[in-house]
Amino acid sequence: MTRKQRRATFIAVSLGILGLAVGLMLFAMRDNIVFFYSPSDVVERGVEPGQRIRLGGLVEQGSLEDLGDATLRFNVTDFVETVTVTYRGVLPDLFREGQGVVTEGAFGEDGNFTATNVLAKHDEFYMPPEVADALKRSGQWQGEGAAAPHAETYGQGAYP
Amino acid sequence: MIVELGHFALILALAVSIVQTFVPAIGAHRRDAQLMRVGEPAAILQLALIAFSFGALTWAFVVSDFSVKLVYDYSHSLKPMIFKISGVWGNHEGSMLLWVLILALFGAMVALFGKNLPDTLRARVLAVQASIAVAFLLFVVFTSNPFARLDPAPFEGTGLNPLLQDRALAFHPPWLYAGYVGFSMTFSFAVAALIEGRVDASWARWVRPWTLMAWLSLTIGIAMGSWWAYYTLGWGGFWFWDPVENASLMPWIAGTALLHSAIVAEKRGALKSWTILLAILAFSLSLLGTFLVRSGVLTSVHAFAVDPARGSVILGILIFFVGGSLALYAWRAPMLKTGGIFAPVSREGALLVNNLLLAAATASVFIGTLYPLFLDALTGAKITVGPPFFNYTFAPIFVLLFLLVPLGPFLGWKRADIAAAAERLYVAAGLAFLALLTSFAFFYGGPFLAPFGMALAVWLVAGALSEIAWRIKLFSMPLDESMARARRLPRAAWGTALAHGGLGICLAGVIGVTAWSEELITSVAPGESAEIGGYTLTLEGVALRDGPNFDAMVGVVRVARDGRDLGVLTPEKRRFAAERQEKTEPAIRTNGISDLYVVLGEQAGDGKWVLRAYHNNLAPLIWIGGCIMALGGVFSLMDRRLRVGAPTGARVRLAPQPAE
Repeated sequence: MTRKQRRATFIAVSLGILGLAVGLMLFAMRDNIVFFYSPSDVVERGVEPGQRIRLGGLVEQGSLEDLGDATLRFNVTDFVETVTVTYRGVLPDLFREGQGVVTEGAFGEDGNFTATNVLAKHDEFYMPPEVADALKRSGQWQGEGAAAPHAETYGQGAYP
Repeated sequence: MIVELGHFALILALAVSIVQTFVPAIGAHRRDAQLMRVGEPAAILQLALIAFSFGALTWAFVVSDFSVKLVYDYSHSLKPMIFKISGVWGNHEGSMLLWVLILALFGAMVALFGKNLPDTLRARVLAVQASIAVAFLLFVVFTSNPFARLDPAPFEGTGLNPLLQDRALAFHPPWLYAGYVGFSMTFSFAVAALIEGRVDASWARWVRPWTLMAWLSLTIGIAMGSWWAYYTLGWGGFWFWDPVENASLMPWIAGTALLHSAIVAEKRGALKSWTILLAILAFSLSLLGTFLVRSGVLTSVHAFAVDPARGSVILGILIFFVGGSLALYAWRAPMLKTGGIFAPVSREGALLVNNLLLAAATASVFIGTLYPLFLDALTGAKITVGPPFFNYTFAPIFVLLFLLVPLGPFLGWKRADIAAAAERLYVAAGLAFLALLTSFAFFYGGPFLAPFGMALAVWLVAGALSEIAWRIKLFSMPLDESMARARRLPRAAWGTALAHGGLGICLAGVIGVTAWSEELITSVAPGESAEIGGYTLTLEGVALRDGPNFDAMVGVVRVARDGRDLGVLTPEKRRFAAERQEKTEPAIRTNGISDLYVVLGEQAGDGKWVLRAYHNNLAPLIWIGGCIMALGGVFSLMDRRLRVGAPTGARVRLAPQPAE
């Protein structure tokens, strides 16, 4: 093999792998992106049944209901609009009424939101940035430390 | 008093590292041996000061000195001792102190064991390493002082997040940091080489042990983290493609690429400039990981409350080091003498393809992790890139890589015969095919692609075994002759086989859990039973138990299989009074091949308890495989040719290179 052929082989292999990677990413970007909605977004923009979304907000006080057979129902609210969520499974330890939550799932044909995943947080002071942002947009932001037992230490709970 | 001394030592360490940044660098520039010699004692002094400072903070945690704000925030007098100690790095300030401690440790190791390095290179490496220390020490001293006092001192602390009160997690950060920060060493070597304008085979040999050390620590750190997530978070998953996990995976993949490209740079003098770039990238990705974790810019299941202001300081550090080193690279790399272009079918060709694929995999994780951030900044749209994205991008690239991994070690340097290499892998290919058929038969009706994944896993393991068998001429020579050859085989060859085989074992575990695990969610009253994976779970009752700093609801679940009693599992729901938090504690019954995993949920209104159970086939193999990979790293590190501070340049040139 001459020098030129070798160089051509390398360029071909490199471009091939680059093309493969780019192609895969573009393909995966097409339908594996999950958009975040606040309850207001859901009402304003509407969501197709079956489309996977992340729905985030605060768990409405007093809305958690046990439907039996490990199925639970609660409301996610941004104090402007509220969406009822059904979830079958064990809630994460830091799930609390009145605190931030992000659920992932889809609306059914009947308009009910079924979550397949309720995101667990490692830290009770943590507010998902999207939820904080959604609350700011709906004008209901009161700062995060409010519900935390030792709010004065808020912002120091970082951990790898 | 000791606490103030610790604070003072930290500030002294900052002063020392400033000296260590400038004096040896100026010495190297002027070829002044006197100035260059300042580097080593400075590096050792810096380590001693930071170690003292770290010790002082640890002492405050051990004796529960609640007048220190950090101890008050993250400790409690009732906490078991091990978690008092792990609480030192279970928070932002302490973990940054651990970070600089490990940084100084690596610097001091170069000072102690790098006697054979050329004087100017050593001086410059120590200077670059110290400049990183300056940045992070400034960060700790001015924005994250771990020694701040409270007045008046509280009587009791507020405790540590219960999720962090865990034995595996206690040691996860030190390993992970040893990996992250370990890449600072290769970074320093790369930058020093760029300043020198010279990269040769000996440079590649000196940098390899540090790469190995960082890589194997990171492997252990990631494996521990994933194991912890598996048994503590209660969802039965081992990897979530979460930004924080990805942040640790990216330097790992880049580091794996660096390990392989450094071999080419050492043996063939090629890919030098690429190796330098990888060394810079691996550490840049480590810094990026620190930034992502500290700043909380991404929604993550692993996220903790964080302070954006501190995040921006780390972003500044990140931009300075990444931008600076890449600018230096753009300026100096063209001056490096390049090796010739080599034959495509050869060991170096295979290693290059390995590097291209690993780089593509890193890019896919990078884009999947950061794309939401860019989109948010540009359009304000909030999106999440979930596991499916990575399954479609990262997985196919790795499948290609897995196909080629066993082939590589059979190819000779310079030019190789691919047919001869393939011939030596007939047995491995046969076994892989057998695995394909067996898993199709065994898991009939399961996911279609899983048996192919299983075949790939067997291909990797059998390929690694074939390599050893070929090297020691097993079955083509008398057995004792083969054994003698096995003893003479370089440790690095064992390391390669172990790492590649471990990868296959890990893959088998990943396939098993992803494709063939069963999940059960049910609610049962005491006395009722549920079935999963051939096991019968009977909730006998729920009792209360007192722990050292919590009380727990304990579910007593009797496990039986085919009518045979297998004992009880006791999943718990713990309530930590001091922290005012709850934590579920899954119970796992493992036989080394599959796990039965039981979580106790809430009590429902009708008096029944929610029970969640998983039967995870092959789950333990994930971490067994990870440990074997790390062990491979240890073996390579013990190789005579690579020993830290081993052969001097002159002796190496004289020593005959083993035929490969």
